[in-house]
Amino acid sequence: MAFGSKEEHLNLQKRHRKARLFKLLCAAVTWSSVLLLAVLLFQVCVAGISWIDWQFISSFPSRFPDRAGIKAALVGTMWLIILVALISIPIGVSSALYLEEFAGKGRIAKIIEVNIANLGGVPSIVYGILGLAIFVRFFALERSLISGALTMSLLILPTIIIASREAIIAVPQSMRAAAYSLGATKWQTTWHHVLPASFPGIMTGIILSLSRAIGETAPLIMIGAMTFVAFLPQGPMDSFTALPIQIYNWVSRPQQEFHELAAAGIVVLLLVLLLMNATAIYIRSKTERRLK
Amino acid sequence: MMSDSADKKAPREAVLDLQQVSVLYSGKPAVKKVSCQILRNCITAIIGPSGCGKSTLLRSLNRMNDFVDGVTIEGEILFAGQNLYGRDVDPVEVRRRIGMVFQKPNPFPKSIYSNIAWGPSINGYDGSMDELVERSLTQAALWEEVKDRLQESALNLSGGQQQRLCIARALAMEPQVLLMDEPCSALDPISTAHIEDLLFQLKSKYTIVIVTHNMQQAARISDFTAFMEMGDLIEFGVTDQIFTRPNIKRTEEYVTGRFG
Repeated sequence: MAFGSKEEHLNLQKRHRKARLFKLLCAAVTWSSVLLLAVLLFQVCVAGISWIDWQFISSFPSRFPDRAGIKAALVGTMWLIILVALISIPIGVSSALYLEEFAGKGRIAKIIEVNIANLGGVPSIVYGILGLAIFVRFFALERSLISGALTMSLLILPTIIIASREAIIAVPQSMRAAAYSLGATKWQTTWHHVLPASFPGIMTGIILSLSRAIGETAPLIMIGAMTFVAFLPQGPMDSFTALPIQIYNWVSRPQQEFHELAAAGIVVLLLVLLLMNATAIYIRSKTERRLK
Repeated sequence: MMSDSADKKAPREAVLDLQQVSVLYSGKPAVKKVSCQILRNCITAIIGPSGCGKSTLLRSLNRMNDFVDGVTIEGEILFAGQNLYGRDVDPVEVRRRIGMVFQKPNPFPKSIYSNIAWGPSINGYDGSMDELVERSLTQAALWEEVKDRLQESALNLSGGQQQRLCIARALAMEPQVLLMDEPCSALDPISTAHIEDLLFQLKSKYTIVIVTHNMQQAARISDFTAFMEMGDLIEFGVTDQIFTRPNIKRTEEYVTGRFG
């Protein structure tokens, strides 16, 4: 057609049509999932929004819907997430650093790598059973916040490690070479250059993992977090409840009002999640800008 | 040549003495039994076709090959009378004294100032850091261009400036030897000329070994030239001689551009 080419059999039009079709298909898939999510969120909000007020936030659970609140669950979730972050981030990032920068590339490293990937796919209830056997029973930590936090940390460690490793691998080798050529030790190279450069990627992994931890119910039920808590935990050894458990509890009651309370609880859970992620993304973008 | 008068004064001292150096990657030799001497305050160029082992040889001079899996070094590289690969030699110490500039400029994603200051600071430098930064940047002929924006990111500099920053960064460690792995290959001709001028000035203070693809560059800047092919050191000698009347046919064919 153009350029006086004789090669009309190039089938250009057909090829372009295929490309357009593929683009459309991808767009359709993307938007349908977004739409589904939007509908879900909308429904939850409609059902629950009228219940969200200060009384709801600041009350303990009650068998009367209009007096029930999520104070205990909200505080429990905050405790849990802070403890999980304190436990899992140092362990996860150090493991990733060790595996990438310090451990050799031998068979054992390979075996560990494969196993971590597998652990990432283990159902959360299994971690719950593990937590029950190890932390609650064996270490006699009882049904406390710390048991829950340790169990949750186990659950999200594989994700943190895998994401951190990816971020560390992505740091260009030339940066390490530059540091080594200035007489830096491995530790100095890692601490001053590799870790800061991979920080945004590591942060992404942490955001995803903590988000998962905040919403998990099964392991907490398994280790026996309480469902009716009329006090606030004072320390990591206290028993507790958390938002997903409270929601689960309300959903399983027959009365309609409690179902609406559950929806309100979901909205609060989403808000907490959003707030947490926004903070993390803010920190990440700040460090990203510093690296540029 | 600038160094001619100096040449006649006294027999030059060898800073690095390579004795039968072989570098093997998983048993496959990349450098085979190379012996030569790198003389103080001279520029030694290593030339040869791609894959001849010149970069590998260069990287073995400050133990940067240590990071490659499955690498083994045979023979001895004597630095101040001591084998760089001796049992009690710390590679960190080696790299502190033998600096390196890489093919692609690789400044840290930090400010110009901290690019220079980082090396000395982790190695316990306790003089005035501001002075050291200024001195290093001046030596690398970059000070005038960047003195007003030392706190800006090094990544905002042009490629040529980045490479001079990397040279300044290496110089801040006050190394005895500066290894350069095709430092101009990613640069335009003007930046290249800048760096070549710079090397002339630096050799009064430093010993420089430079790997280059560019034979004109080797002829222009170096005092000694090593020609390598397939891991062998074919010929080593004064640059003038290598380029005008080489002893070995293969060298002549390469420098006259008949192959490679």
